[in-house]
Formats: sequence, structure tokens, C-alpha cells
Amino acid sequence: MTEEIEMKVTKIRNGTVIDHIPNGRALSVLKLLGLTGKEGLTIALVMNVKSKKIGIKDVVKVENLELEPSLVSRLALIAPTATINIIRDYKVYEKRKIILQDVIENILKCTNPTCISRQTNEPIVSKFKVISKNPLKLQCMYCNRYLLEHEIISQITEGGG
Amino acid sequence: MGWKNRDVISIEDFSIEDLDMLFKLTDEYLEGKYSNDLLKGYIIGNIFLEPSTRTRISFEVAAKKLGAEVINFIGEYSSIKKGESLFDTFKMMDIYTDLIIVRSPIEGTARYASDICKKPVINAGDGMLNHPTQAMIDLYTIKKIHNRLSGLKVGVYGDLRYGRAANSFILGIVKYPNNVIYAISPPQLRLRDEMKEKLKELGANFYETSNLNEVISDLDVLYVTRIQKERFPDPAEYEKVRGSYKIDLKSLEGSKPELIVLHPLPRVEELSYEIDVTQRQAYFKQVSFGIPLRMALLSLILG
Repeated sequence: MTEEIEMKVTKIRNGTVIDHIPNGRALSVLKLLGLTGKEGLTIALVMNVKSKKIGIKDVVKVENLELEPSLVSRLALIAPTATINIIRDYKVYEKRKIILQDVIENILKCTNPTCISRQTNEPIVSKFKVISKNPLKLQCMYCNRYLLEHEIISQITEGGG
Repeated sequence: MGWKNRDVISIEDFSIEDLDMLFKLTDEYLEGKYSNDLLKGYIIGNIFLEPSTRTRISFEVAAKKLGAEVINFIGEYSSIKKGESLFDTFKMMDIYTDLIIVRSPIEGTARYASDICKKPVINAGDGMLNHPTQAMIDLYTIKKIHNRLSGLKVGVYGDLRYGRAANSFILGIVKYPNNVIYAISPPQLRLRDEMKEKLKELGANFYETSNLNEVISDLDVLYVTRIQKERFPDPAEYEKVRGSYKIDLKSLEGSKPELIVLHPLPRVEELSYEIDVTQRQAYFKQVSFGIPLRMALLSLILG
């Protein structure tokens, strides 16, 4: 954590710090986590600060919430550069690395309505292979249709698709 | 990878060596060199969830010529109509038959079937995506007539956006060296982005144009396809492009004497009957090669 951020936001005692989020994506990360502010949790959000690692970044700190591992794979789709620190008693208890898998299963929806993965009466899960990481571009493994970064972010954060 | 028990989902999955083996056996079958009980005792399941004439019949004839039995499963007259899933249908056919041939209007159906079935699956066309056995027939036809599959200038004309036969053919012909592909279509029916990117990735030499006249004098092969009315999301869009192109003797003026015209058929209004009686006509040859090639395919897989 850089000094600049510490000046803006105090350390948390217990919870999760999501660092190195691509700039402009912090609000999408909150949406992905299902955090609206009405939960009563203390949330700190810093946007557009300098980062040695990724140039400009966003940071999200959530007190008294430990990010579930199941959310990490989803987070990889909208913030592949992010790092996750689980904080207990002001110390980093665990670092969780975000790894974008080569194949993304059962998270996103193909945009082609006549793709087999869209047929509601079939016990089928969507499967996409990663074509490009930056910008993120996926390809449906059933119908070859591309899924572009803005479509991925929209689906992840708004359930759109 | 050998042919035994292999799924046939996309032409992309087959190497030039695989295709050479298939074409060699097709040559033998074309000359009548086969045993009519080679596949005796095998049951082939034809699952057709979309209309078909040549593909279904030629697979059935091919299987029967080699002594196999064929079950025809037509979606409209089955439990699919009652809401049964394709999953259960494929499971059942996997138990009842030795090889499954599937056609569907839904992209990815054959790959889904191959995930479910232990028996080999042949894709007989899935939506706008793949028609690998048609591509094999197309390549075989060109090889028989031009005696080569490389160093050709190939025009692919018509509905390149929705036409699975055209897309599979292009993915097949670009496997061979020194071919140039001209993708000729009205602007609304151009190749899909993922196909164009795939061709770039494969290093294919391809150009897009709306004007056949620009390239007709260069071509060795002209592959014509119909507009895929059934795949247009909006019928009004179909009406806009309907009748926007037609190949007749006049449109072939200025072409090389060796130019041949292919068409996967059915044709609607894009290909004039006046071509039928000329030396250019190769589409009925495609039809006639369909049976020996599919015989060779079945025997290599079940062998």
C-alpha cells in the first residue's frame, strides 16, 4: 500500500483490501461484491492513484468482510491485475492472487441467442476461452462468438448479456 | 491422430494428411472397390433437427452401401416436440446406436453432442457455424477436377455471414498452400468478425469485395451459396438482400476456361439453371462425390 493511499484512507483492522484494480473499475468491483453501502460495512474507495505496478489504479477496502474465494474468479474478469489482501488485526493474514483461467466456465453468457449454451432446457454451462487478456476478449467454445471487455463488465456487474 | 472413433465437428480439426487419407479411400469407393458388408451389424443414428435433403439421404445411402442399418430421428416427430432435452436425446441415441450424425439450427449442437456421447459424432451442420463433411466433399471435388488443392484463386460468393457451408469450405481450402480467397458478398453478408480474425491468425491470403467483376478473370473456382433466409434474425433484413446477386452466363464472362462453379445446394435464385449444361458446372459432381466420400468417412471412423 503506498503512502499516498494511507494518507487518504486509514488502515483497516479486519477485512479485505483489493489493490491494483484497473482505474475506473472500483465501482464495478463493488457491484460485483454486491456492496451497495446499505450493509452497514465501512467501505473505502480510492480511485485514480499512482501505481508502480499498473500506472494508475483504484483501491477498495471493506471492513469486516473477507472476500469469498468463489468471487475471486469473477473478479479476475473485471480486474485481472488486482491483488487481494485479507486483513486480520491490522496485519495481512492472507494474500490471494487473482489468476485469469484459460477457460471461463459457467460465469458469463454467450451473446448469440442461437448458441447451444443459451438453450434453457439443456443442462449445459457456458464455456469461453481467453483470446486476449488486455483488452480482455473471450470466445465461446460452442459457437465461436466473441465476448468483448465491455460486454463482460456489463454482465458481471449488471447481470446483463 | 487417426480416424478411428473420431468425432467430426469442424473441418479445422483435420490436417492435410487426414484429408489425404480420406480422399484416397474415396477414390477407391468411387471406383466401386468396397465390400458391401464392411459395416454390417453397425447402426447409424441420423438426428436431423432441421430440414435436409442431400446430407441426410447421402449419409443414409452411404451407410447402407456398406451394410449398416440407419435410424432416422426427425425432431418434429419425436419427444423433442414434447420438450425433451437434446441431452436426453443424445444419451438415448448413444445407447441405441454406434455412430451419431446430427444436424441442428443451433450453433454448437454437435460439440455438445460429442461432450455427451461416447460414440463418435459427425456434425451434419450446426446453425451458421460448421458443415465439415460438405467442406470435405467440396475439397475432394476441386481435387478431382483441378488435380490440386493448392495454388488456386478461389471466389466464395454469397451469404458469407450466415452460410455454414461457405465458412467451412474457406477454413478447409486455406489449409493448402498458395491459395488466394476472394470473399465476395453484399456488405450485409460479409464474413463474421471471428471468421476474419481466424483467417488472419491462420495467415490466409484473403480479400473482401462486393463486386464479382473485379476478380472473375482471376478465378479457378467460384463457390456460390444461397442466402440463408432461415438464419436472419429479422425477416425485413432478408428482404433487403434477397435477389441481390445471381450467377448466370453473363456474370461469368471474362473468366478463365478452367473456372468451375461449385454450390453446396440447395439453390434458390442465386444460380441460374443455364450454368448446368456448361463445363463450368461442378455442383452435381459435388452431389455425386457425396456418397463415396461419406462412405469413406464412416468406414474410417468405424473401420
